[in-house]
Amino acid sequence: MRQIDADFLELPLRQLADAALQRARDLGAEHADFRLERVRAETLSLYDARLEGATDADDLGYAVRVVKAGTWGFAAGIHLTPEAAARVAEQAVRVAEVSAPINREPIELAPEPVHAEAVWVSAYDVDPFEVPSADKVALLADWSAGLLKGADHVSARLLQVKEQKFYADTAGTVTTQQRVRVHPKLNAMKAGESGFDDMSTIAPPVGRGYEYLTGTGWDWQGELARLPELLAEKLAAPSVEAGDYDLVIDPSNLWLTIHESIGHATELDRALGYEAAYAGTSFATFDQLGELVYGSPLMNVTGDRTVTHGLATVGYDDEGVRGQSFDIVKDGILVGYQLDRRMALMKGFGRSNGCAFADSPGHMPIQRMANVSLQAAPDGPGTDELIAGVERGIYIVGDKSWSIDMQRYNFQFTGQRAYRISHGKLAGQVRDFAYQATTTDFWQSMEAVGGPGTYVLGGAFNCGKGQPGQVAPVSHGCPSALFRGVRILNTVQEGGK
Amino acid sequence: MTPQEMVERALALSTNDGCVVLVDEESTANLRFAGNTLTTNGVARSSRLTVISIAGERAGVVSRAAVREDQLADVVAAADKAARDAQPAEDARPLVEAGPASAHWDEDVRPTDIGVFGAFAPALGEAFATAEAGGRRLYGFAEHRLTSTFLGTSTDVRLRHDQPTGRLELNAKSADLKRSAWTGVSTEDFTDVDVDTLGASLAQRLEWAKNRVDMPAGRYETLLPPSAVADLMIYLFWSAGARDALDGRSVFAKPGGGTRVGEQLGTLPVTLSSDPGAEGIACAPFVTAHASSRESSVFDNGLPLGPTDWIRDGRLEALHQTRYSAELSGLAVTPAVDNLIMRGPGGGTSPSPSLEEMIAGTRHGLLLTCLWYIREVDPQTLLVTGLTRDGVYLVEHGEVVGEVNNFRFNESPVDLLGRISEVGAEARTLPREWNDYFQRTIMPAVRVPDFNMSTVSQAS
Repeated sequence: MRQIDADFLELPLRQLADAALQRARDLGAEHADFRLERVRAETLSLYDARLEGATDADDLGYAVRVVKAGTWGFAAGIHLTPEAAARVAEQAVRVAEVSAPINREPIELAPEPVHAEAVWVSAYDVDPFEVPSADKVALLADWSAGLLKGADHVSARLLQVKEQKFYADTAGTVTTQQRVRVHPKLNAMKAGESGFDDMSTIAPPVGRGYEYLTGTGWDWQGELARLPELLAEKLAAPSVEAGDYDLVIDPSNLWLTIHESIGHATELDRALGYEAAYAGTSFATFDQLGELVYGSPLMNVTGDRTVTHGLATVGYDDEGVRGQSFDIVKDGILVGYQLDRRMALMKGFGRSNGCAFADSPGHMPIQRMANVSLQAAPDGPGTDELIAGVERGIYIVGDKSWSIDMQRYNFQFTGQRAYRISHGKLAGQVRDFAYQATTTDFWQSMEAVGGPGTYVLGGAFNCGKGQPGQVAPVSHGCPSALFRGVRILNTVQEGGK
Repeated sequence: MTPQEMVERALALSTNDGCVVLVDEESTANLRFAGNTLTTNGVARSSRLTVISIAGERAGVVSRAAVREDQLADVVAAADKAARDAQPAEDARPLVEAGPASAHWDEDVRPTDIGVFGAFAPALGEAFATAEAGGRRLYGFAEHRLTSTFLGTSTDVRLRHDQPTGRLELNAKSADLKRSAWTGVSTEDFTDVDVDTLGASLAQRLEWAKNRVDMPAGRYETLLPPSAVADLMIYLFWSAGARDALDGRSVFAKPGGGTRVGEQLGTLPVTLSSDPGAEGIACAPFVTAHASSRESSVFDNGLPLGPTDWIRDGRLEALHQTRYSAELSGLAVTPAVDNLIMRGPGGGTSPSPSLEEMIAGTRHGLLLTCLWYIREVDPQTLLVTGLTRDGVYLVEHGEVVGEVNNFRFNESPVDLLGRISEVGAEARTLPREWNDYFQRTIMPAVRVPDFNMSTVSQAS
């Protein structure tokens, strides 16, 4: 297992935490926590096999969060001295005091066992920040040059993040964590007689190191070799005929539908209205817990912060709660929500399931998404078998455009490519497609779930939520699945052409 | 170490051919509320140093937060090394030559703090009480941000910009959360925010919504208020890069090669422009590029920005350019500017109808509040999809007669420019969808005779 970087541990973590927490106690805070973070991100962007942009940035700072007079107070600072940390604690208390007169809901937190001196590091082999940038650029340029033989233009991007967090609270929990994630993505674009089109790689972002680009966890050579031919077929493909179809959805596309229509819809802060003015609420309201028929009886969804290589996987969340795995939908019924400590106590769950997260030292933790995943059927079919069961349908691969309403009812998604299914067989690509549905109708139409052999952990680095806006990385595992009678749009016709 | 000292010392430490240093000092204060009570509130400070080292035609960029004096040499050395290890950059051009330094270069940074809400917070508390008494719930977010950017280069550029950014989003809902109304304002310091008036306008809209009318998907005559127009035009603006057009991969690409600059996009003489000096929405008057991309070049740091018409009288006039892309396209150097203004035929000089007058002039149509979750579906036409949100109202014979269900739309803002039949008076507005990234807009309401509501959304 990798170790936490020595230069992070050499920062005055304990001294700052002790100074801040003691000052908060002295000023009468009922609860206080201290979080110091260093987040390093490197982005490399190439266009037509030439380096176009490179950034190497970090964010370093710390935050003090308090509960005083039943009200949240939060302040963030950047000066790494005990005196400055104590002043930030004073600011946090002042924010609570200023806010208290117009706060009507006293803040109390669900209890959590004390995790003293806990250390956790994510599963990766090669720290991407230890690989020379020139080597990474050379690899991306080589891949791009290969794609350019079958495309007019090729863009390539590699995102790499190392996140280090130290957390301490007045109950005695002290955690130190480090995790790494990478997201390589290439896109090929080509013009044809009917305009231009493009196609991106479907390799997901992962909680791995640089080994992900060199043969571990994804067959890059295989995917890149097929991409130009797939793009050429797409450019020559007919425009889809709008109507209702049976859909077989590949996990490379379905993860995003899960993210938007299940992941966000089962965040308890949304269901309770705390995101009402921004991200929105949820049709899956709290009064329906245990009763709402979310989907077909084949639908089993878990929230998880423990899966290896998951982007939302942690040892402990940003409130000192240990990472867990829990049920959200069981046999098609809503049975759980994603929680933080405040909501867990408020709604009688007893303990948080560990979904608090802040994306930077300057932001307050809010409830963010676990790795929300659709479970494969233990003896379920392969993707080919799912396709074989469709008379007239569409098989959709890769994510692209996505949009869903503020209560997570109505959504519309496109994909990287779609194939017509005729009499149980693929019958060539179609273009200009989008699928549109209402969440519960869609999941209730799920007639078959693929087996473990079709299961893939997809995901994204940039799930947005909250004000001030925060981004969070999250993975979603799922198998291929079959849905009956879903509306397919022709996007050219939608544009009035 | 002050930001100014950091700029000077970093420039002095660099051993390569040239150097650009950016220091961004930011302070924020915010209040968030839901259900007539505060939820999360806070203040934060940050400081970021970006060193762009130039070695011939190569550039190396290293950006670090909270840099201490004893770390400065390491950051600069890392940027110098990154430049030496880099490939030659296509966008490499001589660094911008110095003009006069900013007059306030030497002044101290004055951060914002929670005190910026000194008068606003009590007024918000009173609004909570009024809403509670009226059976309504208020949700929203108030934020004030002050960013001071210092730009220094080895060619003696010394420019500074202090950018205040304030925004209030106010959302009122009925107690059962079935009815919802929204308004938003952008402000520089919250002294001009009248929560009482905003709350009253939302209360009126919730009253309108008591008469619920279900309508099917279809094409409707639709009045888009300034916030909705802002969100659509911002997406058009973001998609107006010259490089993508030249490469034939955007709606502004000319079939067969080149760009569509010079082409008439609409029949109404609509103008879409930016102006760093625009009253109330002033922004940085020079380029600050922390990294090179399709749309920006680190070599252009310090280039002056001025008033720019992107679309003039319905004709595409300019696309976002770096000096490099301008050479490729043969067009003027027109970098992006951080504000956006849309004006109708009067161009701000002759009377244009207010939104109320446009409602009065509507026989049968829809009045929107704002748009949400806007995402690109087809870059070729710039078709985007999204949702209506927080109030779609039915207008009959010049009056609002009730609230309609929400819809998912599929439309292209470029295509809309050719179908707008009326443009109202422009006003400073806060975009709903994009205000995390873009706050400074002046927009009109517009009438579209056949807006494509693709399907019904059950969301309320």
